[in-house]
This record gives sequence, C-alpha cells and structure tokens, in this order.
Amino acid sequence: MDFDFTPQEEAFRQELRSWLETNLPAEYNPETFEQLNEDKRFEIQLKWQKKLSAASWVGIHWPKEYGGRGATVIEQTIYQQEMARVRAPGVANPLGISIVGPTLMHWGTEEQKKRYVPKILSAEEIWCQGYSEPGSGSDFASLQTRAVEDGDYFVVNGQKVWTSYAHKAHRCILVVRSDPHAPKHKGLSYLLVDMKSPGITVRPLVQITGDAEFNEVFFEDVRVPKANLVGEKNQGWQVAVTTLMFERANFGIVYQLEPMLRRLGELAKRLRLNGHTAAEDPAVRQKLAQFHLETQAIKYNGFRQLTRQLRGDPPGPEGSIGKLAASELNLRLVHFAVELLGPYSQMALGETHGLDGGYWSRRALASRLYTIAGGTSEVMRNIVGDRVLGLPKG
Amino acid sequence: MNFGFTEDQEALRDATRKFLDNECPTTFVRKMMADETAHATELWKKIAELGWLGIIVPEEFGGSGGSFLDLVVILEEEGKSLLPGPFFATALLGTTAILAGGSAAQKSAILPKVAEGNHILTLALAEKSGRYDAAGVTLAAKPKGNDFVLSGEKLFVPDAHVADQLIVAARTAQGGSPEDGITLFLVDAKAPGVTITQLKTVDMTRRQCHVALQDVAVANAQVVGEVGKGWPILRRVLEQAMAGLCAEMVGTGQKALDMAVTYAKERVQFGKPIGSFQAVKHKCVDMMVQVENARSLTYYAAWTVDENGSEAAQAVPMAKAYCSDMCKTVTSEAIQVHGGIGFTWEHDMHLFYRRGLASEAAFGSAPVHREIVAQTLNL
Ligand SMILES: Cc1cc2nc3c(=O)[nH]c(=O)nc-3n(C[C@H](O)[C@H](O)[C@H](O)COP(=O)(O)OP(=O)(O)OC[C@H]3O[C@@H](n4cnc5c(N)ncnc54)[C@H](O)[C@@H]3O)c2cc1C
Ligand SMILES: Cc1cc2nc3c(=O)[nH]c(=O)nc-3n(C[C@H](O)[C@H](O)[C@H](O)COP(=O)(O)OP(=O)(O)OC[C@H]3O[C@@H](n4cnc5c(N)ncnc54)[C@H](O)[C@@H]3O)c2cc1C
Repeated sequence: MDFDFTPQEEAFRQELRSWLETNLPAEYNPETFEQLNEDKRFEIQLKWQKKLSAASWVGIHWPKEYGGRGATVIEQTIYQQEMARVRAPGVANPLGISIVGPTLMHWGTEEQKKRYVPKILSAEEIWCQGYSEPGSGSDFASLQTRAVEDGDYFVVNGQKVWTSYAHKAHRCILVVRSDPHAPKHKGLSYLLVDMKSPGITVRPLVQITGDAEFNEVFFEDVRVPKANLVGEKNQGWQVAVTTLMFERANFGIVYQLEPMLRRLGELAKRLRLNGHTAAEDPAVRQKLAQFHLETQAIKYNGFRQLTRQLRGDPPGPEGSIGKLAASELNLRLVHFAVELLGPYSQMALGETHGLDGGYWSRRALASRLYTIAGGTSEVMRNIVGDRVLGLPKG
Repeated sequence: MNFGFTEDQEALRDATRKFLDNECPTTFVRKMMADETAHATELWKKIAELGWLGIIVPEEFGGSGGSFLDLVVILEEEGKSLLPGPFFATALLGTTAILAGGSAAQKSAILPKVAEGNHILTLALAEKSGRYDAAGVTLAAKPKGNDFVLSGEKLFVPDAHVADQLIVAARTAQGGSPEDGITLFLVDAKAPGVTITQLKTVDMTRRQCHVALQDVAVANAQVVGEVGKGWPILRRVLEQAMAGLCAEMVGTGQKALDMAVTYAKERVQFGKPIGSFQAVKHKCVDMMVQVENARSLTYYAAWTVDENGSEAAQAVPMAKAYCSDMCKTVTSEAIQVHGGIGFTWEHDMHLFYRRGLASEAAFGSAPVHREIVAQTLNL
C-alpha cells in the first residue's frame, strides 16, 4: 500500500498546473459564470475546449492515435483533481469525449472511427445522446422510436426527451427499435445520426434552474444511412450498455465535492449562528466533519478501484457505488449549506444582497441532476443489489 | 499510488481465514461468552505458533518484524469471526506501547515472551470519566524515593483479568497542559494493592475490567518512556489501536452484511425471496456502501499509521468516526433483515451487534472523533 504519487505523476500534475495558470480563459470567472446566459456560456466552453484540444489537454484518457495522451488512470485522476481545484470551465462536448468517442473506439467500424472520432476532441462536432423517451426512462430498453429498413437506409420515427445539448449538437447517438417483435432488449439498434437531417425537430425544454440545456427531439421519416449503424443490427443494447458504463464512470460530481466542501467551510466561518460563528457551533462542526469523511471515503473508494484497474483485477464493489454515494452526499451537503444560510438561502444566483452570490440556491436547484441523470439512485441500487450482491430480481 | 495489499498479505489473509473458520466458529465464540475468562489457552498457543502475537515485533525481540498492515489483515479477518480473548489487548495495546516507549531492556524482557504466547498485556487508560484523551488521565502516581506509588481507579480496561502486566497511564505532575505530566508504568497484575474486577458488559467475548490500585509500589525501572512524557507514546498507541479496531469493525460489518444478503436470498415471504423486495435490496446496498466507505477510510488510516505519517492525526479519527457508526448501523440493519429470528439469542446476529456496540464505545464514539476531524480542518 502506498498513497504517494510517483515523481512522474507529480511532474504530470505540475505540467498541467502551470499550463492552467497561463491558459484559463481571461473572460472566465467561476463565481459569475452561471449568471451568464446560456449562449455566452456555451461560447466560452467551446473556446475553452478548442484551446485544451490544441494543447492535447482534453480526452487525455483516449489513445494517442485518436488525439488523446493515453493517460494512465492515475493521470486521469490527477487531471480531474486539478480541473476541479481551479474550477475550470466545462467543455462544450462532454458527451462526445466521455462516452461517444470511447464507445466508437470499442464498437465502431474503421470508417466510423476515422470519420467521427477526430472531430470530437476539437469540438468541431458536438454530440448528444438520444436514449430517454417520454415512456421510457429508467426502463429505456422499452423505448419505442422505430427504425425501418429501406434500402441503404433506416427510416426513423419517434420522439426522444431530456436530450442534453441537442440544440447545439451536430450528431446524436440514437437508440431505436429495429425489431418490434423481439424481446425488448433484442430489438434495439444503435445509430449515429446527423442532427441536420430533414425530419428532425429540436424543441428546448427549460430546466428547473431556468436554463434550457435539454430538449425534446422529434424524428419524422428521418433517413439514416446503414453505414451509421454501430455494432450489429438488433444488438444495440450491448453498445448502449457500454455507453452507460462510460457515462457512470465519468460522473464528475465525485470531484466537485472536495472544492464544494472547502467552500462550505469558508462560509461557516463567515456566518453567525447561535451567538458565535457557524464554524464554532458544535452541531455545524459535526456535520462538516461528517461530510469531510464521506467525501474522503468516496475518493479512496475511487483509488481502490484504480488499484484494481492497474493490476488488471476485475472491478470490485467499491467501483459501482461512486455515483450513488457522491450524488446523495452532494444533496445532503447542499441542503445543509442552505440551512446554514437562513433567510439568505432564498437569494437567487446573482442577487447582490445574497451571500456567496446565490451560489448555494443554484446548487440546491441543480442537486437532483446527479441523482436522476445517467441512471437514478434507485436504479443504481437495483443494479448493485442484483449484480454485485447477487440478490434476486424483483 | 497503490491501494491494495501485497501478494504475501493476501496469502496471510487466506491462511487467517482458514484458521479462524476452523478454530473460531460462532459455537466457540458462544462458549467463550459463557466462559469465566473468555480466554482459551489452547487457542492462544496456536495463535502464538502462527506468529500473530509477534507480527509487528522486530525479529531481534522474537517477532517476525512484519508491518502494521500485516496486522491489519489479521484484524479484519478476526473481526469477521469475533475472536474472543485478549488478542487485541496484547498484540495491539500492550505491544505497541512497549514498542513505542519501552527501553531496550524492557523490550527484550517482555516482547519475546509476548510473541511466544507466554505473556499477556493490556493498557489501563480510561477512568470513570469515560474519556480517552489526556485530560482523562487523573490516576495519581506519587514519587517515593526513586520509585512511585500509584493509587486510583481505571475503568474499561480490556482483559485485565487475564493479563500478566498492565501498562497504567498515571499522572505524575499536575498543572500545565493535560498532555504534560502523564507517565506510563508497567504494573504486575498480581502486585500487592492491585484489585481487578470483571465488568458485566454487552459484548462478553472480550472482557473489560475495573482496576483499583491502592498504594501500589512501582519501581523506577518499570516506567515506560520518560517520566511525565507518556502522552506522545499513548498517542502513537491509540493511533495504532484505533486503526486496528477499525479494521476489526470492517470485518464485523462485512460479515453481518454477508449474512444479511445470504438470508435475503433464502428467506421466502409473499412467495418471493425477501431480497427481491426493494425495501430489503436497497437496504443491503446502503449497508454495502457503508462497509466499503469504512474499508477505504480504514485502509488509508492504516497506511498513514504504518508510515508513521502526520496525516494519521486526521485519517485515524476519520476512520474511527465512520467505522463506529457503520458497524453499529450495519449490524443493526442485518438484524432487521432477519426479522424475528434476528431478535433471538439463538441466532448469531446479535453477537455482531454486541461487538459493534463495544467497538463504537472504545476509544471514543463518533462525535468525539468528528470534533477532532473538525479541528484538523481548521474549522
Ligand atoms: C439534467 C438531465 C439531463 C439528462 N440528459 C439526458 C440525455 O442527454 N440523454 C438521455 O437520453 N437522457 C437524459 N436524461 C434522462 C435521464 O436518463 C432520465 O431522466 C432517467 O434515466 C430517469 O428516467 P425518467 O426521467 O423517465 O424517470 P422514471 O424512469 O419514470 O423514474 C421516475 C422515478 O421512479 C423511479 N423508478 C423507476 N424505475 C424504478 C425501478 N425499477 N425501481 C425503483 N425505482 C424506479 C426512479 O428512480 C425515479 O425516482 C437526462 C435527465 C436529466 C435530469
Ligand atoms: C419481540 C417479538 C415478539 C413477537 N411476538 C409475537 C406474538 O406474540 N405473536 C405472533 O404471532 N408473532 C410475534 N412476533 C413475530 C413478528 O410479528 C414477526 O417477527 C414479524 O411479523 C416479521 O416476520 P418474520 O420474523 O417472519 O420476518 P420476515 O417476514 O421473514 O421478514 C424478514 C425481513 O424481510 C422484510 N420483508 C418481508 N416481507 C417484505 C415485503 N413484502 N416487502 C418488504 N420487506 C419485506 C421484513 O421487513 C424483514 O426486514 C414477535 C416478534 C418479536 C421480534
């Protein structure tokens, strides 16, 4: 057992740190970023990703041949830590980087890899993910969007929903029903769809925070070339599951917890409660300490998982609980901050009479994202109960 | 970065598991609960032969010179089996105190006997106040010529009733900070003036005692470390003891989880195994999350202790706070999964819950350690 980083790993951290020192966008201020309108935010994220990409600081876990650095899992961890530390902006193409690229490298044909992968890191092509439908969320294998073969094409009809970034996206990974008679998991196909195709209508949906980042997407006789099928026809489930694994493994909230908790500690020192600073209040101290140890436990669970990966061992139980534990902890942490703020907790983002710029009310409103998107907490518990503990299905 | 055990340590784990499955089934644990001392001399001999008692003792003092992490491996497995008797008291509390503070003469006199299984040690630290910090040490040691006379009471002393020697934390000087003026003494359990009484506690697999000292004469040569400078030694002992206890709690929690999951697969109600009901399934997953979190914090804490690093000052209370809650909660939830049968004396589940309660209480429960963590965070 050894928790120290090697000199090479420390050098990697230093290299990234000094790059970040000179390259974080001047117009970017993490305190006020969320107050900007959505288009402005996207513009900053797009510019940021292009800059990262030019310096090979994005998709670092990708193999070198695809423009990545072939970074080790340790380097990926360091990368995430450093980005969270400086509160770097997000990238414009997160789904492309974390799930589409890796899925294509795994399942794609040579043609597909050549055509699509290079434009992901450079943000030339933004991707969205069309899984969920109005009638199929947690049970997305029950989805109804139909694909019917017609010569060299699939003709797609149906509707997707909660499709993040669809309004900015050039392409979509779309899961469709290609065989309505097969059992639900066996009649799905996985397509790469050009969002400019005739017959696609994207209608933005305003989210709980007031932003419109996800969308309804309607497909009416949309023609998708058969060359854009990933994996075999009717075997889209396997491909889709690969994607979900990448999605859950890359769930960023884990890395946001530490900086958020530091911020909460600073806040507690400034606020007054029961005649002293909140940080001096025993009840507050107990809570903050508990959040700290849970945050560290989640981090070390991640390190244990890394160790298994490095040794080539099969994944252990600790790997499957990161998203669940982190998203639930985030919720408690944010709600505690709201409690501490008293009447100021109501102040919305940007309200000048607010404390902490209304940051925490925003975090509260956003907190359910992590327990819902990418598989709800209940679904995660089902998966862990069934697959890791081997409990019988309900 | 390497958050795993070595191949040798994994082999040690397997061997420990096999040994305990054979020698320490719950039928044996129950026998020891009802026993007069909860100490089985036959088993003690075997443990000594396996080298457990000298595992962290350097070779020059008759041990095998292993690392603290080797001991952690044994402790985790032993926590699954609820090993009764004075192993923790001797191999952790007593041995680490001698290693951290003992003179060369004390080490050569005591440690080889410990490793051979012929000498049982324990630490007499806590008193009626129930505190495990420096201010809790009030038992008085008065100088008499070159030697000392000890008078006072100790409480919650693990396995003193079978110990050959007690390491007693006493106050030799008042005033100044609580950390100053504490001295450690090696006291023979049979010395005149020492009265040891077993306590009736919730976990009778590991006994605790009331120890009364009345004008007990202790020679200067029996001081461990320097006079008045006992606290830094104790701090090192407590760090190792707590990290070790956390490893035990991880084992105990894991075993309770395993039993609950096994039962949930077998028990049928409403025509289905109860583990197929989400109320039960999700409960088991939440138990697993707690066990895994506890394990990660414990391994990390154990590593900082093994390295004797300054991070231990935060990592150990973190682990102790989390494991205390985890072990009590998980063993309690495991009873719930068992329904009525879990509420019986006959079923083993309560043995684990009892151990959970005892381990939570030892060296301070979660709120004490969360406050220490808060201090390390400069709150
Ligand atoms: C911010 C955000 C962004 C998203 N982005 C995308 C995207 O880009 N692409 C995409 O395809 N989807 C996206 N989603 C959709 C997301 O994957 C779904 O919302 C999620 O899978 C849940 O599906 P649902 O909303 O239909 O809820 P439902 O599945 O209807 O669930 C409702 C409630 O029932 C519970 N439930 C459902 N089934 C079970 C069960 N078997 N056992 C126990 N409880 C159950 C759920 O846990 C939940 O609490 C996004 C969602 C959010 C919030
Ligand atoms: C102290 C004590 C006194 C008692 N006295 C009496 C008495 O005088 N007379 C009498 O007749 N009985 C008595 N009982 C029995 C008591 O009613 C049962 O223990 C209780 O109903 C649970 O049944 P079980 O023990 O078979 O557990 P099970 O039904 O096997 O339950 C095991 C676990 O599975 C869970 N579970 C079971 N079904 C479901 C489901 N559908 N959904 C979700 N979770 C489920 C339970 O909540 C529990 O956690 C007593 C029990 C105790 C502990």
